[in-house]
Amino acid sequence: MSDSPAPLALEHTPGLQHHFADMEQQRNASSLGMWIFLGTEIMFFGGMFLAYLVYRMWYFNEFAAGSRTLNLPIGAVNTAVLICSSLTVALSVRAAQLGKRMLLVTLLVLTILFGLVFLGVKAYEWNEKFTEHHVPGYSFHFKQESTEKPVDQGRAQIFFSLYFAMTGMHALHMIIGVGIFGVITWMAWRGRFTPEYHTPVEIAGLYWHFVDIVWIYLFPLLYLIDRRPHG
Amino acid sequence: MATAVSIAAEREHYLNKEYGIRSWLLTTDHKRIALLYLASITFFFFIGGFFALLIRLELLTPAGDLVQADTYNKLFTMHGVIMVFFFLIPAVPAVLGNFLVPLMIGARDLAFPKINLLSWYCYIAGGILVLHAMLTGGLDTGWTFYTPFSTAFSNTAVVEAGLGVFINGFSSILTGLNFIVTIHRMRAPGLTWSRLPLFLWSHYATSVIMLLGTPVIAITLVLVVLERAFHLGIFDPTRGGDPLLFQHLFWFYSHPAVYIMILPSMGVVSEIVTCFSRKRVFGYYFVAMASIGIAVIGFFVWAHHMFVAGMSLYAALIFSILSYLVAVPSAIKVFNWTATLYKGSVSFSTPMLYAFGFIGLFTMGGLTGLFLAALGIDVHVTDTYFVVAHFHYIMVGGTVMGYLGGMHYWWPKISGRLYPESWGRLAALIVFLGFNLTFFPQFILGYLGMPRRYWQYPPEFQVLNVLSTAGSTILAVGYLLPMVYFLWSMRYGKLADDNPWNAAGLEWKTTSPPPTFNFEETPVVTWEAYNYNELPALEEVRVER
Amino acid sequence: MSEHILSSKLYWTIWAVLICLTGITAWVSTVDLGPLNTVVALLIASGKALLVVLIFMHVKYTSEKLTRVVIISALFWLLILLGLSLTDYFIRRPGLAGGA
Repeated sequence: MSDSPAPLALEHTPGLQHHFADMEQQRNASSLGMWIFLGTEIMFFGGMFLAYLVYRMWYFNEFAAGSRTLNLPIGAVNTAVLICSSLTVALSVRAAQLGKRMLLVTLLVLTILFGLVFLGVKAYEWNEKFTEHHVPGYSFHFKQESTEKPVDQGRAQIFFSLYFAMTGMHALHMIIGVGIFGVITWMAWRGRFTPEYHTPVEIAGLYWHFVDIVWIYLFPLLYLIDRRPHG
Repeated sequence: MATAVSIAAEREHYLNKEYGIRSWLLTTDHKRIALLYLASITFFFFIGGFFALLIRLELLTPAGDLVQADTYNKLFTMHGVIMVFFFLIPAVPAVLGNFLVPLMIGARDLAFPKINLLSWYCYIAGGILVLHAMLTGGLDTGWTFYTPFSTAFSNTAVVEAGLGVFINGFSSILTGLNFIVTIHRMRAPGLTWSRLPLFLWSHYATSVIMLLGTPVIAITLVLVVLERAFHLGIFDPTRGGDPLLFQHLFWFYSHPAVYIMILPSMGVVSEIVTCFSRKRVFGYYFVAMASIGIAVIGFFVWAHHMFVAGMSLYAALIFSILSYLVAVPSAIKVFNWTATLYKGSVSFSTPMLYAFGFIGLFTMGGLTGLFLAALGIDVHVTDTYFVVAHFHYIMVGGTVMGYLGGMHYWWPKISGRLYPESWGRLAALIVFLGFNLTFFPQFILGYLGMPRRYWQYPPEFQVLNVLSTAGSTILAVGYLLPMVYFLWSMRYGKLADDNPWNAAGLEWKTTSPPPTFNFEETPVVTWEAYNYNELPALEEVRVER
Repeated sequence: MSEHILSSKLYWTIWAVLICLTGITAWVSTVDLGPLNTVVALLIASGKALLVVLIFMHVKYTSEKLTRVVIISALFWLLILLGLSLTDYFIRRPGLAGGA
């Protein structure tokens, strides 16, 4: 890009900010910015993945036992819900590219709905943890099945600490995502996007897909540690 | 000449385009945001410095007479937190980097001007939280927030301070993001990577560290806050948690953070050394790659902070060896600067004095770092004043010297005025002497066995401590002087012309101070970086002064 | 950089594959594969992530090399964090100092 002379854009293009030479430069900058931000997000979750790796290695028994108490069908369904939301996001980018405004708005609203369903299910699961005394702290109690190897109460708390930290951070990202998509939907409703200018839809979509990917890893790491028949 | 300058004073530029508090607090101009950072960073620097002086005053006598042990713990903690997170890390990138990155690449602004402003508000929000924590009970965990003390035992405002540092982290991330995208996407036509000023190479490397390191300390602090507030048990040894895991995560960021502090200053020094010896920097390519090398290798060495913490010996061996590696790119830079001086026409202007100070002090700090990377010596001097002296040579002797050098070098561009040169040289001298008097005795103290973080000490250490305290007051004078004459020069200083040092680089091709959009028209670069052989000698342009 | 507009059929196909893989990973976890259970779970997860990145996030179709550089660097740094930490944790056991 630095090889071609960049004349200052004198005519005003809608959506073009003053310090960019043209729409393509602006679009490339925004997209690169989001990708770099997602790179930092990998490291953000990476800190928890390190903690998970270390303790899973050390305390496999407690991690397996804790994992078995998580609700597998609900976890799988929630994963599917997120995948559906990723599909609607991908389709909404396509609708924006084609300039289909009503389709775009519909798909964005669907995305938000899927996101809210996911969060609702998550809240239900968290609530279960409270009633089962699986929340780390003074009231924590892990009732183990008779067939299991003895489970250390402290170490089991570490599993649930990580469960809450990881799903909590993921849910926080989801909440932010729903907020962002609310703004995007509003912008789409107002007809702000055209086939030439729809960078915000793409950028927000990248973020949403990333949050989906985090869950794609969290699901097996938390729910599927050891589901093998045992005894 | 005189008429040309006076006309320039009436010209519209970024400082006089708009007035009023709104025009500053809502600005998206990278130059104004740089000045916002400058003001807030200076504020925090003097608060942190105030704590430092209290610490030195307490250590004037062996007895714990000025403050109690608890208060002393809070003093060095607040000194550390404020200086590290609110001064050293943002100092050069957020002030000089913000101001210069777009100017140096011939862009009208950073890629994301609003995000740039947001980064300043994150800095301020984090700063307010930390200041509030400081005023309502303080913080006594040390700047390192080590668990389990921070999560289970400390009775101070850990949650609030932790959140403050967390929010401040976003300022770092957003600045780094802006720099990388800007350098990739907004370079002027003809400004290829091999023509990029070394200041930009070092800021690029710094941004990489900011982006990949900061999120890790962010999540670590979140986990500490969750553990303290909601009894999660990730680092809690009573439930089988591993406090060393916290240290791994903490130093994964906090060691590279040292390079966030030092790399931008290295970039400043590269610019100054080449300008004031009127020679192209020696080994441009090696200096540039050394910056990237430091950014990468800097992430391989973090556990050398944990040699005596109970880590496995195998890991200690690996990290010890890797720690030696990071000295290589640092040494490359020092040798290349020295080689640049060779047969150059060197002038001892104020920025150059700071650059010399940087090279000397950084070399001492770096070499003592090698002592500490050696497992055997590290066991002997861990947690003594030897370590304190070592990292102050890097952070204060390195970063602050580079920062002040850069402030002097680019002050004519920032303010459109010249600072008084003789005062500048005097201040540089005072800083250098005061610094060495403060911290050199601490090497000896540490080697003799005086531990850090104690408010009293055996009487035989008193002489060296008195020297150090005396030095710290001299240092304080040295830091106050530039602030006074910079402020003075804003009103009374001689008007600067566009390129008072006759330096290479795009930032000198525009007017001083620059217009809001930096350049009247997008510049086209047709020359190599640092083409000082094609520029006249400095003496010829400085007849005026 | 010209934009690629992918067919909605492709998106739906990828969606179907992702849903199937979710079902498979949930089912296969109940089958005793010995130590391979974890490996299979992670492989499936990585496959799903790759599909999302390549198709949904358009990385397969972008001419921009920098995107890939960013992803690979971030993963490399994650590897540094995990890998170098493990030099400690492979040796050390809970409650035991490493003998330093």
